[in-house]
Amino acid sequence: MSQITRRDFIKASVASAAAVSLAGAPHIARAAGGKVVVVGGGAGGAIVAKYIRMMDSSIEVTLIEKNPEYYTCFLSNEVLSGERTLDSLRFTYEGLKKHGINVVQAEATGIDADKKVVKTSAGDFPYDRAVVSPGVSMKWDSIEGYSEEVAEKNIPHAWKAGPQTALLRKQLEDMKDGGLVVIAAPADPFRCPPGPYERASQIALYLKHHKAKSKILILDAKEKFSKQGLFVQGWTNLYGYGTDNSMIEWHPASAEGKVKAVRPDSMTVISGELDTETKADVLNLIPAQQAGTIALVSNLADETGWCPVNKKTFESTLVAGVHVIGDASSAAKMPKSAYAANSQGKVCAAAIVAALQGKEMVTPAYVNTCYSILGEDYGISVAAVYRLSEDGSTIAEVEGSGGLTPMDATAEMHKREVQYAQSWFKNIAHDMFD
Amino acid sequence: MPHKTLSTALILAGSLAFSATSAFAADPAMLGNTCAGCHGTNGSSVGPATPSIAGVAKETLVEAMKAYKSGERPSTIMGRIAKGYTDEEFAAMGEFFAQQKLVTHKQEFDAAKSKAGAKLHDKYCEKCHEDGGRKDDDGSGILAGQWMPYLTYSFEDFTSGNREMPKKMKSKLDDLVKKEGAAGLDNVVHFYASQTGEK
Repeated sequence: MSQITRRDFIKASVASAAAVSLAGAPHIARAAGGKVVVVGGGAGGAIVAKYIRMMDSSIEVTLIEKNPEYYTCFLSNEVLSGERTLDSLRFTYEGLKKHGINVVQAEATGIDADKKVVKTSAGDFPYDRAVVSPGVSMKWDSIEGYSEEVAEKNIPHAWKAGPQTALLRKQLEDMKDGGLVVIAAPADPFRCPPGPYERASQIALYLKHHKAKSKILILDAKEKFSKQGLFVQGWTNLYGYGTDNSMIEWHPASAEGKVKAVRPDSMTVISGELDTETKADVLNLIPAQQAGTIALVSNLADETGWCPVNKKTFESTLVAGVHVIGDASSAAKMPKSAYAANSQGKVCAAAIVAALQGKEMVTPAYVNTCYSILGEDYGISVAAVYRLSEDGSTIAEVEGSGGLTPMDATAEMHKREVQYAQSWFKNIAHDMFD
Repeated sequence: MPHKTLSTALILAGSLAFSATSAFAADPAMLGNTCAGCHGTNGSSVGPATPSIAGVAKETLVEAMKAYKSGERPSTIMGRIAKGYTDEEFAAMGEFFAQQKLVTHKQEFDAAKSKAGAKLHDKYCEKCHEDGGRKDDDGSGILAGQWMPYLTYSFEDFTSGNREMPKKMKSKLDDLVKKEGAAGLDNVVHFYASQTGEK
């Protein structure tokens, strides 16, 4: 029960601050309290809500989330291989309520920054500070013929875990041996940069054991991708990559990889400059992405489709008093990952608590850690430690730190990385929801 | 920014009553919180492999991070992460985790192995890993309730020579392996895994 210990500790320090205020610093007590409204209960939002409460329980925190439950996107590729159930990714908001967070199941529809009110399907919520952590929304027009309706019906993106993850798994189970799975990987930047390639690996793991004559074709809008060297090495070790019998094939943009259009009725995609047509048995189209809808309608995003922020506080540079964290924010050079959102949530929490208490914010610290599981006992990772650059413009990697699993890692190290990946999942989910 | 003048006044007023945190110093909680995604909220891991780091002595954490940073201690990912920090930041993290109360979780262990392991612990380990591996006053770390895969990996690294041991530990561990074999180490792992909750 270390959280309660910590909270009690903070209560004690608030009390001592109040005692000081009696001794002649009345503004300290006046600065305590305040209202924070958080929109989106995912990797960023759940954390900022919880950590604000842990840091100062006099602050009222409301979390607006449209879904009653949360399915983590992280490790959802393991559902596709059958290594994990969809249910194992499901979390409720009950744990956050125990932190004294007012969890409201509603859809945020807009933010009135002048009146300092978040508008939702369940009414208006006034704030002193708002945090928007909506994740990504799909740019449907990046693939002609694709739409939310098509995605839900028969060509899932499954880039938000839930029903579409289940649909894609079912399609893989129903596919004949010798079938072709096509994954369309989007242009940068997008949520979870190594995700499409881990997905190919997990699908290959399933096919290898159940439908060994089948193939996976990755059509990519890019020329290179995250952890590429390690993925290629892993695919070579596990799935015959580079041979005639390779289970996985990858086509960069320069090799007709960029998917431009889809014909849902014939399960055909059209890609590249030559309009190459590929007919698939299972089709997984991951469109280009932008900030979540609430960020777009609240004028938090710029022409890039992402939300520019002060990188020390994550306060929007476009709308004062509103902070944006996680995938939706432009937080270069942090990637759009759950761990980055977690780390940003804590920096943002410290910034908001400091602002409401009228204190100077401490030096921010940022970390990203990201695992990919390529097969049985075969994990890889990337890590980064960041500091805010002197001019505040960049969350810069500390020179000489971080980086990838070494290319000469032993089998034992890859095996351990799977165990640490599973631990990453359990601990980050626990950090969010308990 | 009306906060600015207010915060300056606050820091001045605060420094009289309690030590003010410099805006540029390494902040223990800010740094410690970045570890939670893998090591658990406030350093108590919910498993299945990443070790808990809550409640360890400040020196234990600082020495571990320095050894990861230099490469002296083998790791999958920690070496890469440790290279991102200064000694001052290690000290701040150490301060943070030393203040946290360790929360342990039940693991599946073999009762017979644990029982055998308890005897081996008393004979070979207790002198430094006091109180059944619960106490860390001297940089020995906390072993009681630690996650089994991590304990196993650690023994593998020690016995393979990939990770250096203190002289006394080496002589004890060599002795244990000589007399009890790898099964002896496994028994010790099961013993520590069984030591969850309050004693």
